Amino acid sequence: MGFLSKFFGGGNDGSSQKAKDRLKIVLIHDRTDISPQLLDNLRDEIIDVLAKYMDIDTRKIEINLDHDDNAVALVANIPILRIRRGKVNDIT
Amino acid sequence: MPARVIVVTSGKGGVGKTTSTANIAAALAKFGKKVAAIDADVGLRNLDVIMGLENRVVYNFIDVIEKTCKLSAALVKDKRVPGLYLLPAAQTRTKDAVNPEQMVALCEEMKPDFDFILLDCPAGIEGGFKNAAAGADEALVVTTPEIPAVRDADRIIGMLESMGKSPIRLIINRLRPNMVQDGDMLAKDDILDVLSIELIGVVPEDESVIRATNNGEPMTMTLDSPAAQAYLNIAERILGREVPLMDLESYAARGLFSSIKRFFSGKRKR
Repeated sequence: MGFLSKFFGGGNDGSSQKAKDRLKIVLIHDRTDISPQLLDNLRDEIIDVLAKYMDIDTRKIEINLDHDDNAVALVANIPILRIRRGKVNDIT
Repeated sequence: MPARVIVVTSGKGGVGKTTSTANIAAALAKFGKKVAAIDADVGLRNLDVIMGLENRVVYNFIDVIEKTCKLSAALVKDKRVPGLYLLPAAQTRTKDAVNPEQMVALCEEMKPDFDFILLDCPAGIEGGFKNAAAGADEALVVTTPEIPAVRDADRIIGMLESMGKSPIRLIINRLRPNMVQDGDMLAKDDILDVLSIELIGVVPEDESVIRATNNGEPMTMTLDSPAAQAYLNIAERILGREVPLMDLESYAARGLFSSIKRFFSGKRKR
């Protein structure tokens, strides 16, 4: 009966599942898409906050959205030069 | 009570915005409401043709905005259904001819005279969409069970939300129950899962849509097809009535071959 089943389309699970999976991934990416301007603003604000607590190497900062198949993550690589000791209040 | 202003939009072109606008407008008028359908697709007007009123267009809404004519002169009254009016778009102008503030003012001017104002929005997310959406309080988003249409609907829903439109409700158009049963088309729930907005109706794929367009007569005027019934139900839900979703499977033409195929492939019915 295998050949019959194949003839009548039984070997095919239907394309809707594939459409569903592809749609979900496309939407994950679309919904987390960020404009370069927004990413720059985010980067500047993150630097401002971090600078209260530590000296950081602002030239070597990398902030990006990392897309893999099922998720999107904000990945930041920020080299620290020196942690500031003492209370935050003392510094500002 | 001033009119409820509803924009009919989709992002993607060709999914049935204009057909939906015409049929819902005609259905609301059949329920005794006074309805204006505004063609906001400046430069590519088509609502007049779908409604079968193309020969009676004299002025358009840009003439009204520019005060070339009065609103009452530009409105085309549909003689087949009492209370149904079309406000056409300009064909020889571009979307830049109007701005959102002017659209808001136009809708405000019309609100006291109508129960419903439906805005047929152009495809895309640029100026034309923003103009059409500006004057609206509510939105109907039209999509089809295909990845590109659902993806664009998602984008449009995000934009409508940020503009503060509410409620934003979804029309799933051109669904083929046979293909959904065979696992070859996104089902209603698949789409609702990812879009997570309220569904207001599912319109089956239906040849009578093409015939209605050929004849220039919205289907809801004659009501002899599944798609017409679906649009009528959508209109009732807009009016706040509880109407159960149609049993689309009973409308699906189920040939012998597809039954045999289903038997052999052992696919579950959904």
